[in-house]
Amino acid sequence: MNTAEAQIHDAMTATGTGRRVIVCAGTGCVANGSLRVFEALKREMPAVGLNVVLEFRPEPAGDSVRVSESGCQGFCQMGPLVTILPEGILYTKVKAEDVKEIVDSTLVNGKAIDRLLYLDPQTRKHCHGAADIPFYQRQSRMVLKECGFIDPEDLTEFIAHGGYESARKAYLEMDAPAICDLILKSGLRGRGGGGFPTGRKWEAARVQKSPKKYVICNGDEGDPGAFMDRSVMEGNPHSVLEGLMIAARAIGADEGYVYVRAEYPLAVRRMRKAVKDAVAKGILGDNVFGSGQKMWIDVMEGAGAFVCGEETAMIASIEGRRGMPAPKPPFPAQSGLWRKPTIINNVETLAQVGRILNYGAEAYRGVGTAGSPGTKTFALTGHVANTGLVEVPFGTTLREIVLNIGGGVTNDKGKIDKNGFKAVQIGGPSGGCLTPEHLDLPMDFDSLRSVGAMVGSGGLVAMNQRTCMVSVARFFMEFTQRESCGKCVLCREGTKQLLALLDDVIEGRATPDTLKLLETLGHAVQKGSLCGLGKTAPNPVLSTLRYFRDEYEDHVIHKRCRAGRCKALLRPEINPLKCKGCGLCMKACAVGAITGERKKPHSINPDLCIKCGACAKACNLAAVEGI
Amino acid sequence: MSPSTAQKFQKLCRILDEYHRQPARLVPILQAVQEEYRYLPEEVLTYVATALRVPPARVFGVATFYAHFALEPKGKHVIRLCDGTACHVKNSIPILEALRNRLGVDEEHKTTPDMMFTVETVACLGACGLAPVLVIDDEVHGQMDPERAVTLVDEILKKETVQ
Repeated sequence: MNTAEAQIHDAMTATGTGRRVIVCAGTGCVANGSLRVFEALKREMPAVGLNVVLEFRPEPAGDSVRVSESGCQGFCQMGPLVTILPEGILYTKVKAEDVKEIVDSTLVNGKAIDRLLYLDPQTRKHCHGAADIPFYQRQSRMVLKECGFIDPEDLTEFIAHGGYESARKAYLEMDAPAICDLILKSGLRGRGGGGFPTGRKWEAARVQKSPKKYVICNGDEGDPGAFMDRSVMEGNPHSVLEGLMIAARAIGADEGYVYVRAEYPLAVRRMRKAVKDAVAKGILGDNVFGSGQKMWIDVMEGAGAFVCGEETAMIASIEGRRGMPAPKPPFPAQSGLWRKPTIINNVETLAQVGRILNYGAEAYRGVGTAGSPGTKTFALTGHVANTGLVEVPFGTTLREIVLNIGGGVTNDKGKIDKNGFKAVQIGGPSGGCLTPEHLDLPMDFDSLRSVGAMVGSGGLVAMNQRTCMVSVARFFMEFTQRESCGKCVLCREGTKQLLALLDDVIEGRATPDTLKLLETLGHAVQKGSLCGLGKTAPNPVLSTLRYFRDEYEDHVIHKRCRAGRCKALLRPEINPLKCKGCGLCMKACAVGAITGERKKPHSINPDLCIKCGACAKACNLAAVEGI
Repeated sequence: MSPSTAQKFQKLCRILDEYHRQPARLVPILQAVQEEYRYLPEEVLTYVATALRVPPARVFGVATFYAHFALEPKGKHVIRLCDGTACHVKNSIPILEALRNRLGVDEEHKTTPDMMFTVETVACLGACGLAPVLVIDDEVHGQMDPERAVTLVDEILKKETVQ
């Protein structure tokens, strides 16, 4: 049984034998209209006499069909997704207009509709469901296991899947040292970026003698191109709360915060509802599981500052101040929120905690590598056939993730290009680039660090040959420059100068000295900054300089951008040997820069040309070159 | 004071009371105030400072630090283009340029003079699977291109002229 099959099995056993229709209601699918599909199902199903049940029931009536929403199922590009159980059918790109046919053919007559099934681009075969789709087959979903099956807003369903069992155990059967010890033994490392051992962090806060301590869940997933935490908070909010409760029990805290990014309104809403429901059920409150212990959690919405992902900046933000980092030590575990011992863990880290308590440290260590146990979710995006959320054991190779699960790199027209793979950017603005030579590198904390990259939060952006690496470095530098809080001079001014130097490269003003200066300044910013933002801000530049130096030199020496992205360096020309003088380019040109007689090669007037590329797009013979 | 201003002021006081006038809750207070006023007017910030018994500089400091707080009023329709990594490598910038051209706004002046549209970029909306992503008045549109983006704006313009 592969994981996808196991998931279906689990979903069925915990929900009885009743039939289910699950509509993905993650941000991606909602944007594509999944809520309209959900409404249409609720309307059409009773019309043909089906007994529709919306909420979770432990023992469903024999003929009932449960229709529910779920969190992100991960296969975002193919959304809206509709899963039908027990058949395990997964319909992709479902529209409200398709619902009638789904109800008539599949739900009433038990027949699958081929045109809504996923078509494997490699085998050209229809995949019946998640169990046959390579994207799902090759993953091992632990953190995301329930995401996509349970209704994130239904606490009863979470409990029926064994939810809050670990928290109950932590509060009623275990003491604080035992929990810290277990987490330490499991080898769990923080998923937010640094990979610091979670158990050691907890132990450091536990030994502090303070009557008041805090726990904070870091849901300020600011890395552009990463959405793992969003998906967990939206898809299984209670698993995050459970992890936070266990963390609180482990260090002796009775108050916690979940700090969620303001750009994630759905995650904020679902986390708030989860807290409310947990309080109503007596799971959170003044008497947790009847243990006599208190635990309260508040959900706080961020206000748009990347630096708040830094622990000390987040604390400042919760205290109602500008989110600026403070020097460490003292570490938050010693003196954090309101100067009390505080631990801050990432969403994905906390979502693993319940599982570790449930299955034990040994079982947890059985997955992943010795140095990085467990699984990691990656947000796979960019020029790749299957974009979405991917969870694999640590140590899985880049090849497996991008080429097999991701289905290969695509060209600008969205078609799979076998030789298209140029680079993968990992870890967002703090990370680095991986190139074809790293395809067989096991992805874990230590081996990534050895090649100048980092796991970071887990954003993986695949890039094809038409991507200019200097522009990519500039993109991240612009981001960190904008997000620098301004406290440290080297970060505030240094990122600004790095950006200006990159602009020189892109706009053709750079000299070979510019590249040397970029390196020197990059290292200086790393050394002279207080927090992770500044320390890692030069990484994208330094890493692209390391692996794509020839591309930088091309810009600087030959004043050429081989990807054809840097406008100032473009010299569009019509190749007279290819041009047949059809006039399509002339018609497409908005500024009248192209002239020529019919059936004779045309030419571009460089003084009028605005380098928009419309001529190249219009030409069927690829005669327009250099753009 | 016009009746609507008076109503809004009452609402402001209610927000402050709801958070027990605690300076520690400054961020959520400003978020609630912005929800009400659609931006943070200067006199309101000064009043918040007085009510919380903190210097106005502290309130201004917080209001200018976070990207979500706007000190200028925004247009009736807010268009946000995602410029996260995934959207960027899938060519979000030409969409931004097309929208700015269509509406005559730029980096400095994000809002049209008739206060109808505001065009801004956001770091990442976390809907990377649908890149490039455009959000118009909180409705997410995925897999955008410059032509479709301009069409969406034209549709809104058409509706507004009819009204």
